[in-house]
Amino acid sequence: MRIVKHPILSFERGREVEFTFDGRKMKGYEGEPIAAALHDNGVRVLSYSKHLHRARGFYCAIGNCSSCLMTVNGEPNVRVCTEKLREGMVVETQKGRGDIK
Amino acid sequence: MKKTEIAVIGGGPAGLMASLAAAEMGARVTLIDRNSRLGGQLVKQTHMFFGSEKEYASIRGIDIGKILSAEVLKNPRIETMLDSTVIGYYPDDGVLGVEVEEKTFVKIKPEKVIVATGASEKFLPFENNDLPGIYGAGAVQTLMNEHGVIPGDNVLMVGAGNIGLIVSYQLMQAGVNVKAIIDAAPNIGGYWVHASKVARLGVPIMTSYTVKAAYANELTGALERAVIWQVDNKWQPIPGTEKVLKVDVICISVGLSPLAEILWQAGCKMKYVPQLGGHVALRNENMETTVPGVYVAGDVAGVEEASSAMIEGRLAGLNAAKSLGYDNGTFNEKRREALEQLESLRSGPVGEKIRQGLAQLVS
Ligand SMILES: Cc1cc2nc3c(=O)[nH]c(=O)nc-3n(C[C@H](O)[C@H](O)[C@H](O)COP(=O)(O)OP(=O)(O)OC[C@H]3O[C@@H](n4cnc5c(N)ncnc54)[C@H](O)[C@@H]3O)c2cc1C
Ligand code: FES
Repeated sequence: MRIVKHPILSFERGREVEFTFDGRKMKGYEGEPIAAALHDNGVRVLSYSKHLHRARGFYCAIGNCSSCLMTVNGEPNVRVCTEKLREGMVVETQKGRGDIK
Repeated sequence: MKKTEIAVIGGGPAGLMASLAAAEMGARVTLIDRNSRLGGQLVKQTHMFFGSEKEYASIRGIDIGKILSAEVLKNPRIETMLDSTVIGYYPDDGVLGVEVEEKTFVKIKPEKVIVATGASEKFLPFENNDLPGIYGAGAVQTLMNEHGVIPGDNVLMVGAGNIGLIVSYQLMQAGVNVKAIIDAAPNIGGYWVHASKVARLGVPIMTSYTVKAAYANELTGALERAVIWQVDNKWQPIPGTEKVLKVDVICISVGLSPLAEILWQAGCKMKYVPQLGGHVALRNENMETTVPGVYVAGDVAGVEEASSAMIEGRLAGLNAAKSLGYDNGTFNEKRREALEQLESLRSGPVGEKIRQGLAQLVS
Protein backbone atom coordinates (compact mmCIF):
# COMPACT_ATOMS: atom_id res chain seq x y z
CA MET A 1 0.00 0.00 0.00
CA ARG A 2 1.16 3.52 -0.79
CA ILE A 3 1.56 6.21 1.80
CA VAL A 4 -0.57 9.07 0.54
CA LYS A 5 -0.26 11.62 3.31
CA HIS A 6 2.75 11.77 5.61
CA PRO A 7 3.33 14.30 8.42
CA ILE A 8 6.97 14.94 7.39
CA LEU A 9 7.76 13.46 4.00
CA SER A 10 6.50 14.03 0.51
CA PHE A 11 7.32 11.49 -2.17
CA GLU A 12 8.57 12.32 -5.63
CA ARG A 13 7.39 9.48 -7.79
CA GLY A 14 8.23 8.73 -11.41
CA ARG A 15 5.54 8.25 -14.04
CA GLU A 16 3.18 5.32 -13.68
CA VAL A 17 4.24 2.30 -15.74
CA GLU A 18 2.92 -1.21 -16.38
CA PHE A 19 4.89 -4.41 -15.81
CA THR A 20 4.03 -8.07 -15.37
CA PHE A 21 4.59 -10.40 -12.45
CA ASP A 22 4.28 -14.08 -13.41
CA GLY A 23 2.13 -12.95 -16.31
CA ARG A 24 -0.18 -10.74 -14.23
CA LYS A 25 -0.35 -7.05 -15.22
CA MET A 26 0.64 -4.64 -12.47
CA LYS A 27 1.31 -0.94 -12.05
CA GLY A 28 4.19 0.82 -10.38
CA TYR A 29 6.26 3.98 -10.65
CA GLU A 30 9.22 4.19 -13.00
CA GLY A 31 12.58 4.21 -11.22
CA GLU A 32 11.41 2.81 -7.89
CA PRO A 33 12.84 -0.58 -6.84
CA ILE A 34 10.92 -3.49 -8.36
CA ALA A 35 10.44 -4.84 -4.83
CA ALA A 36 8.61 -1.68 -3.73
CA ALA A 37 6.21 -1.91 -6.66
CA LEU A 38 5.59 -5.62 -5.99
CA HIS A 39 5.01 -5.01 -2.31
CA ASP A 40 2.47 -2.31 -3.13
CA ASN A 41 0.67 -4.89 -5.29
CA GLY A 42 0.59 -7.32 -2.37
CA VAL A 43 3.42 -9.58 -3.59
CA ARG A 44 5.74 -10.65 -0.78
CA VAL A 45 6.99 -14.05 -1.98
CA LEU A 46 9.74 -13.33 -4.51
CA SER A 47 11.48 -16.68 -4.94
CA TYR A 48 11.82 -20.25 -3.66
CA SER A 49 15.08 -21.50 -2.22
CA LYS A 50 17.30 -24.00 -4.00
CA HIS A 51 17.21 -27.04 -1.71
CA LEU A 52 14.19 -26.84 0.58
CA HIS A 53 12.05 -24.70 -1.77
CA ARG A 54 11.21 -22.27 0.98
CA ALA A 55 9.49 -19.01 0.14
CA ARG A 56 11.76 -15.95 0.18
CA GLY A 57 11.02 -12.26 0.48
CA PHE A 58 13.38 -9.30 0.73
CA TYR A 59 15.30 -8.64 3.94
CA CYS A 60 17.74 -5.72 3.82
CA ALA A 61 16.28 -3.70 0.90
CA ILE A 62 19.67 -2.12 0.14
CA GLY A 63 21.40 -4.80 -1.92
CA ASN A 64 23.45 -6.48 0.82
CA CYS A 65 21.85 -9.87 1.49
CA SER A 66 20.64 -11.46 -1.80
CA SER A 67 17.35 -12.49 -0.23
CA CYS A 68 15.36 -10.89 -3.06
CA LEU A 69 16.60 -12.59 -6.22
CA MET A 70 14.10 -12.81 -9.10
CA THR A 71 14.10 -13.35 -12.84
CA VAL A 72 13.74 -10.04 -14.68
CA ASN A 73 13.35 -9.89 -18.47
CA GLY A 74 14.61 -13.48 -18.57
CA GLU A 75 17.74 -12.80 -16.53
CA PRO A 76 17.91 -14.71 -13.21
CA ASN A 77 19.37 -13.58 -9.86
CA VAL A 78 18.43 -9.91 -10.14
CA ARG A 79 18.28 -8.15 -6.76
CA VAL A 80 14.86 -6.55 -7.05
CA CYS A 81 15.31 -4.42 -3.93
CA THR A 82 17.71 -2.19 -5.85
CA GLU A 83 16.86 -2.87 -9.52
CA LYS A 84 14.77 -0.01 -10.88
CA LEU A 85 11.34 -0.59 -12.38
CA ARG A 86 10.95 0.17 -16.10
CA GLU A 87 7.95 0.15 -18.44
CA GLY A 88 7.01 -3.31 -19.67
CA MET A 89 9.39 -5.29 -17.44
CA VAL A 90 8.73 -9.01 -17.20
CA VAL A 91 9.25 -10.05 -13.59
CA GLU A 92 9.04 -13.69 -12.55
CA THR A 93 9.24 -15.69 -9.34
CA GLN A 94 12.60 -17.43 -9.29
CA LYS A 95 12.77 -21.11 -8.39
CA GLY A 96 16.16 -22.37 -7.32
CA ARG A 97 19.33 -20.82 -8.56
CA GLY A 98 18.23 -19.91 -12.09
CA ASP A 99 19.93 -20.67 -15.38
CA ILE A 100 21.93 -18.26 -17.46
CA LYS A 101 20.86 -18.60 -21.06
CA MET B 1 42.51 2.93 -16.08
CA LYS B 2 41.23 5.95 -14.24
CA LYS B 3 43.53 7.71 -11.76
CA THR B 4 42.65 9.77 -8.71
CA GLU B 5 44.40 11.04 -5.60
CA ILE B 6 41.90 9.88 -3.00
CA ALA B 7 39.08 7.41 -3.59
CA VAL B 8 36.31 7.52 -0.98
CA ILE B 9 34.10 4.43 -0.99
CA GLY B 10 30.62 5.15 0.38
CA GLY B 11 28.70 8.43 0.42
CA GLY B 12 27.07 8.28 3.85
CA PRO B 13 27.89 10.84 6.55
CA ALA B 14 31.43 9.43 6.96
CA GLY B 15 32.29 9.42 3.25
CA LEU B 16 30.73 12.85 2.63
CA MET B 17 32.75 14.45 5.42
CA ALA B 18 35.93 12.63 4.36
CA SER B 19 35.55 13.96 0.81
CA LEU B 20 34.89 17.52 1.97
CA ALA B 21 37.83 17.55 4.39
CA ALA B 22 40.31 16.14 1.86
CA ALA B 23 39.15 18.58 -0.82
CA GLU B 24 39.40 21.48 1.61
CA MET B 25 43.08 20.64 2.15
CA GLY B 26 43.56 20.70 -1.62
CA ALA B 27 43.40 17.05 -2.69
CA ARG B 28 41.39 15.67 -5.63
CA VAL B 29 38.75 13.20 -4.55
CA THR B 30 36.63 10.58 -6.30
CA LEU B 31 33.58 9.66 -4.21
CA ILE B 32 31.91 6.38 -5.14
CA ASP B 33 28.48 5.18 -3.99
CA ARG B 34 26.31 2.35 -5.22
CA ASN B 35 23.08 4.31 -4.72
CA SER B 36 21.56 6.82 -7.11
CA ARG B 37 21.89 9.51 -4.47
CA LEU B 38 24.30 10.48 -1.71
CA GLY B 39 23.56 10.45 2.02
CA GLY B 40 23.75 6.78 3.07
CA GLN B 41 21.46 5.94 5.98
CA LEU B 42 20.76 9.59 6.72
CA VAL B 43 18.30 9.83 3.85
CA LYS B 44 15.71 7.71 5.69
CA GLN B 45 15.90 9.39 9.03
CA THR B 46 12.89 11.60 9.55
CA HIS B 47 13.50 12.12 13.25
CA MET B 48 15.38 14.97 14.90
CA PHE B 49 18.92 13.91 15.46
CA PHE B 50 20.13 12.64 18.80
CA GLY B 51 23.64 13.54 17.71
CA SER B 52 25.54 15.59 20.24
CA GLU B 53 27.64 17.43 17.67
CA LYS B 54 26.62 21.02 18.18
CA GLU B 55 26.01 21.96 14.55
CA TYR B 56 23.67 19.13 13.74
CA ALA B 57 21.77 18.15 16.88
CA SER B 58 17.99 18.58 16.46
CA ILE B 59 18.16 18.72 12.68
CA ARG B 60 16.49 15.80 10.93
CA GLY B 61 18.91 13.21 9.50
CA ILE B 62 17.33 13.58 6.09
CA ASP B 63 18.19 17.31 6.08
CA ILE B 64 21.79 16.77 7.23
CA GLY B 65 22.16 14.37 4.32
CA LYS B 66 20.87 17.01 1.91
CA ILE B 67 23.14 19.76 3.26
CA LEU B 68 26.30 17.64 3.04
CA SER B 69 25.43 16.18 -0.37
CA ALA B 70 24.85 19.63 -1.84
CA GLU B 71 28.24 20.80 -0.56
CA VAL B 72 29.95 17.77 -2.09
CA LEU B 73 28.22 18.12 -5.45
CA LYS B 74 29.25 21.74 -5.87
CA ASN B 75 32.87 21.20 -4.81
CA PRO B 76 35.08 21.32 -7.94
CA ARG B 77 37.73 19.06 -6.39
CA ILE B 78 35.27 16.21 -5.77
CA GLU B 79 34.10 13.97 -8.57
CA THR B 80 31.06 11.89 -7.61
CA MET B 81 30.29 8.50 -9.15
CA LEU B 82 26.76 7.29 -8.38
CA ASP B 83 25.18 3.91 -9.16
CA SER B 84 28.73 2.62 -8.82
CA THR B 85 29.61 -0.35 -6.64
CA VAL B 86 33.16 -1.11 -5.60
CA ILE B 87 33.31 -4.87 -6.04
CA GLY B 88 36.97 -5.53 -5.47
CA TYR B 89 40.27 -4.17 -4.29
CA TYR B 90 43.42 -5.64 -5.73
CA PRO B 91 46.12 -4.97 -3.16
CA ASP B 92 49.06 -5.95 -5.38
CA ASP B 93 48.61 -3.00 -7.68
CA GLY B 94 46.25 -0.93 -5.52
CA VAL B 95 43.41 -0.96 -8.02
CA LEU B 96 39.68 -0.74 -7.28
CA GLY B 97 37.23 -2.59 -9.52
CA VAL B 98 34.00 -0.61 -9.89
CA GLU B 99 30.78 -1.73 -11.53
CA VAL B 100 28.96 1.28 -12.96
CA GLU B 101 25.18 1.08 -13.45
CA GLU B 102 25.44 -2.71 -13.51
CA LYS B 103 26.78 -2.44 -17.05
CA THR B 104 30.36 -1.26 -17.28
CA PHE B 105 33.41 -2.24 -15.29
CA VAL B 106 35.84 0.56 -14.48
CA LYS B 107 39.27 0.25 -12.90
CA ILE B 108 40.43 3.07 -10.65
CA LYS B 109 43.92 3.54 -9.30
CA PRO B 110 43.88 5.88 -6.32
CA GLU B 111 46.87 6.96 -4.28
CA LYS B 112 44.87 6.69 -1.05
CA VAL B 113 41.61 4.90 -0.24
CA ILE B 114 39.07 5.81 2.43
CA VAL B 115 36.63 2.98 3.11
CA ALA B 116 33.31 4.32 4.46
CA THR B 117 30.91 1.56 3.42
CA GLY B 118 28.77 1.56 6.57
CA ALA B 119 27.17 -1.53 8.09
CA SER B 120 24.53 -4.14 7.36
CA GLU B 121 21.77 -5.49 9.54
CA LYS B 122 22.20 -8.47 11.80
CA PHE B 123 19.83 -11.39 11.81
CA LEU B 124 18.17 -13.35 14.60
CA PRO B 125 17.85 -17.15 14.78
CA PHE B 126 14.34 -18.55 15.42
CA GLU B 127 12.05 -21.09 13.77
CA ASN B 128 10.97 -19.96 10.27
CA ASN B 129 13.00 -16.76 10.46
CA ASP B 130 13.26 -16.75 6.66
CA LEU B 131 9.57 -16.16 5.92
CA PRO B 132 8.61 -13.32 3.61
CA GLY B 133 7.35 -10.56 5.90
CA ILE B 134 10.36 -10.72 8.22
CA TYR B 135 12.38 -7.65 7.37
CA GLY B 136 15.31 -5.69 8.73
CA ALA B 137 14.41 -2.41 10.44
CA GLY B 138 16.48 -0.47 7.94
CA ALA B 139 14.65 -2.23 5.11
CA VAL B 140 11.29 -1.20 6.52
CA GLN B 141 12.57 2.33 6.85
CA THR B 142 13.84 2.34 3.27
CA LEU B 143 10.58 0.98 1.86
CA MET B 144 8.50 3.41 3.86
CA ASN B 145 10.50 6.64 4.00
CA GLU B 146 12.29 6.48 0.68
CA HIS B 147 9.76 4.75 -1.52
CA GLY B 148 6.49 5.54 0.25
CA VAL B 149 5.23 1.96 0.52
CA ILE B 150 4.11 0.56 3.88
CA PRO B 151 5.44 -2.87 4.83
CA GLY B 152 2.13 -4.31 6.10
CA ASP B 153 -0.70 -3.75 8.58
CA ASN B 154 0.50 -5.17 11.89
CA VAL B 155 4.12 -5.18 13.00
CA LEU B 156 6.09 -6.87 15.74
CA MET B 157 9.28 -4.91 16.40
CA VAL B 158 12.18 -6.95 17.76
CA GLY B 159 14.75 -4.78 19.51
CA ALA B 160 14.16 -1.80 21.80
CA GLY B 161 17.35 0.08 20.96
CA ASN B 162 17.16 3.51 19.35
CA ILE B 163 16.62 2.15 15.86
CA GLY B 164 13.79 -0.17 16.94
CA LEU B 165 12.08 2.64 18.82
CA ILE B 166 12.53 5.20 16.07
CA VAL B 167 11.34 2.91 13.29
CA SER B 168 8.30 1.96 15.41
CA TYR B 169 7.42 5.61 15.71
CA GLN B 170 7.90 6.12 11.98
CA LEU B 171 5.63 3.13 11.28
CA MET B 172 2.88 4.71 13.39
CA GLN B 173 3.40 8.01 11.54
CA ALA B 174 2.78 6.14 8.30
CA GLY B 175 -0.43 4.68 9.71
CA VAL B 176 0.83 1.17 10.51
CA ASN B 177 -0.13 -0.61 13.72
CA VAL B 178 2.82 -1.64 15.91
CA LYS B 179 1.51 -4.48 18.11
CA ALA B 180 4.51 -4.64 20.43
CA ILE B 181 8.19 -3.87 20.77
CA ILE B 182 10.11 -6.71 22.41
CA ASP B 183 13.69 -7.02 23.60
CA ALA B 184 15.49 -9.94 25.20
CA ALA B 185 17.43 -7.59 27.47
CA PRO B 186 15.85 -6.70 30.82
CA ASN B 187 16.09 -2.97 30.02
CA ILE B 188 15.15 -0.70 27.15
CA GLY B 189 18.38 -0.01 25.26
CA GLY B 190 17.33 3.20 23.50
CA TYR B 191 16.98 6.71 24.84
CA TRP B 192 13.97 7.58 27.01
CA VAL B 193 12.81 10.33 24.64
CA HIS B 194 12.23 7.77 21.92
CA ALA B 195 10.76 5.13 24.26
CA SER B 196 8.25 7.50 25.81
CA LYS B 197 7.15 8.73 22.38
CA VAL B 198 6.00 5.25 21.36
CA ALA B 199 4.72 4.34 24.82
CA ARG B 200 2.49 7.42 24.74
CA LEU B 201 0.95 6.13 21.52
CA GLY B 202 0.00 2.96 23.39
CA VAL B 203 2.62 0.51 22.08
CA PRO B 204 3.66 -1.99 24.76
CA ILE B 205 7.43 -2.32 25.18
CA MET B 206 8.04 -5.83 26.54
CA THR B 207 11.52 -6.43 27.91
CA SER B 208 12.90 -9.96 28.60
CA TYR B 209 10.97 -11.29 25.60
CA THR B 210 12.24 -12.91 22.42
CA VAL B 211 10.79 -14.57 19.31
CA LYS B 212 10.14 -18.30 19.54
CA ALA B 213 8.79 -18.93 16.06
CA ALA B 214 7.04 -17.44 13.06
CA TYR B 215 4.30 -19.03 10.97
CA ALA B 216 3.14 -18.51 7.40
CA ASN B 217 -0.29 -18.26 5.89
CA GLU B 218 -0.85 -21.56 4.07
CA LEU B 219 -2.18 -19.88 0.95
CA THR B 220 0.20 -16.98 0.49
CA GLY B 221 3.34 -18.45 2.05
CA ALA B 222 3.97 -15.13 3.82
CA LEU B 223 4.11 -14.37 7.54
CA GLU B 224 0.83 -14.47 9.45
CA ARG B 225 1.67 -14.93 13.11
CA ALA B 226 4.51 -14.76 15.60
CA VAL B 227 5.01 -16.57 18.88
CA ILE B 228 7.07 -14.78 21.52
CA TRP B 229 8.21 -15.98 24.92
CA GLN B 230 9.90 -14.67 28.01
CA VAL B 231 13.56 -15.22 28.87
CA ASP B 232 15.07 -15.41 32.35
CA ASN B 233 18.08 -13.45 33.56
CA LYS B 234 20.41 -15.98 31.91
CA TRP B 235 18.67 -15.40 28.55
CA GLN B 236 17.04 -18.86 28.70
CA PRO B 237 13.45 -19.05 27.39
CA ILE B 238 10.76 -19.91 29.95
CA PRO B 239 8.29 -22.55 28.64
CA GLY B 240 4.68 -21.68 29.32
CA THR B 241 5.15 -17.95 28.79
CA GLU B 242 4.33 -18.05 25.06
CA LYS B 243 2.12 -15.38 23.53
CA VAL B 244 0.73 -15.40 20.00
CA LEU B 245 0.63 -12.19 17.98
CA LYS B 246 -1.20 -11.84 14.69
CA VAL B 247 1.28 -9.87 12.60
CA ASP B 248 2.15 -9.75 8.91
CA VAL B 249 5.52 -8.10 9.53
CA ILE B 250 8.30 -8.85 11.99
CA CYS B 251 10.85 -6.09 11.98
CA ILE B 252 14.32 -7.14 13.16
CA SER B 253 16.36 -4.45 14.82
CA VAL B 254 19.07 -6.24 16.75
CA GLY B 255 22.10 -4.29 15.65
CA LEU B 256 24.39 -3.79 12.71
CA SER B 257 27.69 -5.29 11.65
CA PRO B 258 30.42 -3.54 9.63
CA LEU B 259 30.47 -4.04 5.82
CA ALA B 260 34.16 -4.83 5.76
CA GLU B 261 34.72 -6.96 2.62
CA ILE B 262 36.98 -4.39 0.96
CA LEU B 263 39.18 -4.23 4.07
CA TRP B 264 39.58 -8.01 4.10
CA GLN B 265 40.52 -7.91 0.42
CA ALA B 266 43.05 -5.18 1.04
CA GLY B 267 44.72 -7.40 3.62
CA CYS B 268 44.06 -5.12 6.61
CA LYS B 269 44.58 -6.73 9.95
CA MET B 270 41.09 -7.39 11.33
CA LYS B 271 39.82 -8.10 14.82
CA TYR B 272 36.49 -9.31 16.19
CA VAL B 273 35.24 -6.68 18.62
CA PRO B 274 31.66 -7.36 19.81
CA GLN B 275 31.24 -3.83 21.19
CA LEU B 276 31.77 -2.46 17.67
CA GLY B 277 29.42 -4.88 15.92
CA GLY B 278 31.81 -7.50 14.51
CA HIS B 279 35.07 -7.63 12.58
CA VAL B 280 36.81 -4.26 12.32
CA ALA B 281 40.20 -3.15 11.02
CA LEU B 282 43.01 -2.26 13.38
CA ARG B 283 43.93 1.38 12.87
CA ASN B 284 45.90 4.27 14.28
CA GLU B 285 44.66 7.62 15.56
CA ASN B 286 44.66 8.97 11.99
CA MET B 287 42.14 6.28 10.95
CA GLU B 288 44.79 4.56 8.82
CA THR B 289 44.65 0.75 8.85
CA THR B 290 47.63 -1.63 8.93
CA VAL B 291 47.79 -1.32 5.12
CA PRO B 292 49.46 2.05 4.47
CA GLY B 293 47.22 4.38 2.49
CA VAL B 294 43.98 2.56 3.36
CA TYR B 295 41.80 4.51 5.82
CA VAL B 296 38.46 3.72 7.49
CA ALA B 297 35.65 5.91 8.81
CA GLY B 298 32.09 5.55 10.08
CA ASP B 299 30.13 2.39 10.85
CA VAL B 300 32.56 0.16 8.94
CA ALA B 301 35.24 1.24 11.43
CA GLY B 302 32.94 0.23 14.31
CA VAL B 303 29.16 0.63 14.54
CA GLU B 304 28.44 3.81 16.43
CA GLU B 305 26.26 6.70 15.23
CA ALA B 306 26.17 9.43 12.64
CA SER B 307 27.90 12.23 14.56
CA SER B 308 30.97 10.13 15.24
CA ALA B 309 30.87 8.80 11.66
CA MET B 310 31.06 12.40 10.42
CA ILE B 311 34.02 13.30 12.59
CA GLU B 312 35.88 10.07 11.80
CA GLY B 313 35.27 10.87 8.15
CA ARG B 314 36.73 14.32 8.54
CA LEU B 315 39.75 12.90 10.34
CA ALA B 316 40.39 10.29 7.65
CA GLY B 317 39.99 12.90 4.90
CA LEU B 318 42.37 15.35 6.55
CA ASN B 319 45.04 12.73 7.16
CA ALA B 320 44.82 11.15 3.72
CA ALA B 321 45.23 14.59 2.11
CA LYS B 322 48.10 15.51 4.40
CA SER B 323 49.92 12.28 3.58
CA LEU B 324 49.89 13.42 -0.08
CA GLY B 325 51.42 16.74 0.96
CA TYR B 326 48.22 18.82 0.99
CA ASP B 327 47.67 21.33 3.76
CA ASN B 328 45.90 24.67 3.40
CA GLY B 329 47.52 25.83 6.62
CA THR B 330 44.73 24.67 8.92
CA PHE B 331 45.54 20.95 9.05
CA ASN B 332 46.96 20.84 12.57
CA GLU B 333 44.12 22.87 14.04
CA LYS B 334 41.40 20.89 12.21
CA ARG B 335 42.92 17.58 13.17
CA ARG B 336 43.16 18.53 16.83
CA GLU B 337 39.59 19.82 16.79
CA ALA B 338 38.30 16.54 15.34
CA LEU B 339 40.18 14.44 17.88
CA GLU B 340 38.76 16.54 20.71
CA GLN B 341 35.22 16.27 19.36
CA LEU B 342 35.49 12.49 19.13
CA GLU B 343 36.74 12.29 22.65
CA SER B 344 33.93 14.40 24.03
CA LEU B 345 31.30 12.43 22.07
CA ARG B 346 32.58 9.20 23.55
CA SER B 347 32.98 10.46 27.10
CA GLY B 348 30.47 9.70 29.83
CA PRO B 349 28.38 6.57 30.39
CA VAL B 350 26.83 6.54 26.89
CA GLY B 351 30.26 6.10 25.32
CA GLU B 352 31.39 3.34 27.68
CA LYS B 353 30.79 0.44 25.28
CA ILE B 354 32.47 2.24 22.38
CA ARG B 355 35.49 3.12 24.53
CA GLN B 356 35.87 -0.53 25.55
CA GLY B 357 35.68 -1.56 21.90
CA LEU B 358 38.15 1.02 20.65
CA ALA B 359 40.66 0.17 23.36
CA GLN B 360 41.10 -3.20 21.60
CA LEU B 361 41.72 -1.63 18.23
CA VAL B 362 44.36 1.02 18.06
CA SER B 363 47.35 -0.43 16.25
C1 LIG C 1 16.97 3.56 11.57
C2 LIG C 1 18.24 4.28 11.93
C3 LIG C 1 18.17 5.43 12.71
C4 LIG C 1 19.34 6.10 13.07
N1 LIG C 1 19.27 7.26 13.81
C5 LIG C 1 20.40 7.94 14.15
C6 LIG C 1 20.36 9.18 14.88
O1 LIG C 1 19.30 9.69 15.23
N2 LIG C 1 21.54 9.77 15.23
C7 LIG C 1 22.72 9.24 14.88
O2 LIG C 1 23.75 9.81 15.22
N3 LIG C 1 22.78 8.09 14.16
C8 LIG C 1 21.67 7.43 13.80
N4 LIG C 1 21.74 6.25 13.07
C9 LIG C 1 23.07 5.72 12.73
C10 LIG C 1 23.68 6.40 11.54
O3 LIG C 1 22.76 6.48 10.49
C11 LIG C 1 24.87 5.64 11.07
O4 LIG C 1 25.75 5.46 12.16
C12 LIG C 1 25.58 6.43 9.98
O5 LIG C 1 24.74 6.57 8.86
C13 LIG C 1 26.87 5.73 9.57
O6 LIG C 1 27.47 6.47 8.54
P1 LIG C 1 28.40 5.81 7.47
O7 LIG C 1 28.77 6.91 6.53
O8 LIG C 1 29.47 5.06 8.16
O9 LIG C 1 27.53 4.70 6.73
P2 LIG C 1 26.21 4.77 5.83
O10 LIG C 1 25.35 5.93 6.16
O11 LIG C 1 25.62 3.41 5.92
O12 LIG C 1 26.78 4.97 4.35
C14 LIG C 1 27.53 4.00 3.68
C15 LIG C 1 27.40 4.21 2.18
O13 LIG C 1 28.31 3.36 1.51
C16 LIG C 1 27.72 2.82 0.36
N5 LIG C 1 28.41 1.58 0.02
C17 LIG C 1 28.55 0.46 0.80
N6 LIG C 1 29.29 -0.46 0.17
C18 LIG C 1 29.66 0.08 -1.03
C19 LIG C 1 30.45 -0.38 -2.13
N7 LIG C 1 31.02 -1.59 -2.11
N8 LIG C 1 30.61 0.43 -3.20
C20 LIG C 1 30.02 1.66 -3.23
N9 LIG C 1 29.28 2.15 -2.21
C21 LIG C 1 29.10 1.37 -1.13
C22 LIG C 1 26.28 2.63 0.78
O14 LIG C 1 25.43 2.60 -0.33
C23 LIG C 1 26.03 3.87 1.64
O15 LIG C 1 25.53 4.95 0.90
C24 LIG C 1 20.60 5.57 12.66
C25 LIG C 1 20.66 4.43 11.86
C26 LIG C 1 19.51 3.78 11.48
C27 LIG C 1 19.59 2.54 10.60
S1 FES D 1 16.82 -7.62 0.13
FE1 FES D 1 18.90 -7.81 0.59
S2 FES D 1 19.79 -7.77 -1.35
FE2 FES D 1 17.74 -7.33 -1.79
